[in-house]
Amino acid sequence: MVVNTSGPVVHEPNLAKIAAACGYCPQVRGYEASATLICKLSLAYSAFMVDVFRALDDQTRRLVLDELSVRDGQTLFEICSTLTMRHGLSLTRQAISQHLGVLESAGLVVTERRGRSKFHYFSPEPLAEITARWPTRKRIQQ
Amino acid sequence: MKIALTSVFVDDQRAALAFYTEVLGFMKRRDVPLGDNFWLTVVSPESLDGPELLLEPSDHPAVKPYRDALVEDGIPLAQFAVDDIEAEHARLIGKGVVFTQPPTDIGAAVVAVFDDTCGNLIQLIEEKLHATDEDVR
Repeated sequence: MVVNTSGPVVHEPNLAKIAAACGYCPQVRGYEASATLICKLSLAYSAFMVDVFRALDDQTRRLVLDELSVRDGQTLFEICSTLTMRHGLSLTRQAISQHLGVLESAGLVVTERRGRSKFHYFSPEPLAEITARWPTRKRIQQ
Repeated sequence: MKIALTSVFVDDQRAALAFYTEVLGFMKRRDVPLGDNFWLTVVSPESLDGPELLLEPSDHPAVKPYRDALVEDGIPLAQFAVDDIEAEHARLIGKGVVFTQPPTDIGAAVVAVFDDTCGNLIQLIEEKLHATDEDVR
């Protein structure tokens, strides 16, 4: 998780509730939620989750993650060609590059330079944070 | 009109000739001194009268930023056709060639991309010619 301590922008109206509910911030948990008790980690966490959901809210970006989970470590050229040839998407290279930028800023894609080329890797950690917050195990029947 | 010659910029013409002949298997066609450099071309042994590939010196200042940007994004500069891409991939890996993309099925063809050690990425393609035959029947 990337923690932005310089004051991230969060759009939720009631930050105190979010910070108290998320349960990931020991400085808030167990306290009466109030604006003065919101630590910056909680704010960063909320902003981070917003980025992840926004990144996933797009068919092309989900297809990019599909392709990377089939074969990890692809160049921009390879991602463009598979999206075009396998999925019939006729997007410009610039558009796909921007989609990759959104995925990267949400932490869902990381890049690594090997030799002179840049490779994109699927990073599932943000998804693990979602299942940690909302566990996917079956509910116990009452 | 027909395409008789195309070119790739290479860092070192002699090293490029060695790679394109000894590793890839092309044949030297022309090697003419030209100032400090050479008019140096290769052809495929499968089509000796086919298009020549010029191994062009890369000393022009525009070449480096142009190639760096393309290689960073994994964009190949030329495409060579092969009959069996898996066999060719294995053969080149055996010779120490580095691939940025292993053989990948893209529907109408299987493609792969490798580093030519001279500053370029090159795409290999095996076209699925039989797919259309199936469709016709």
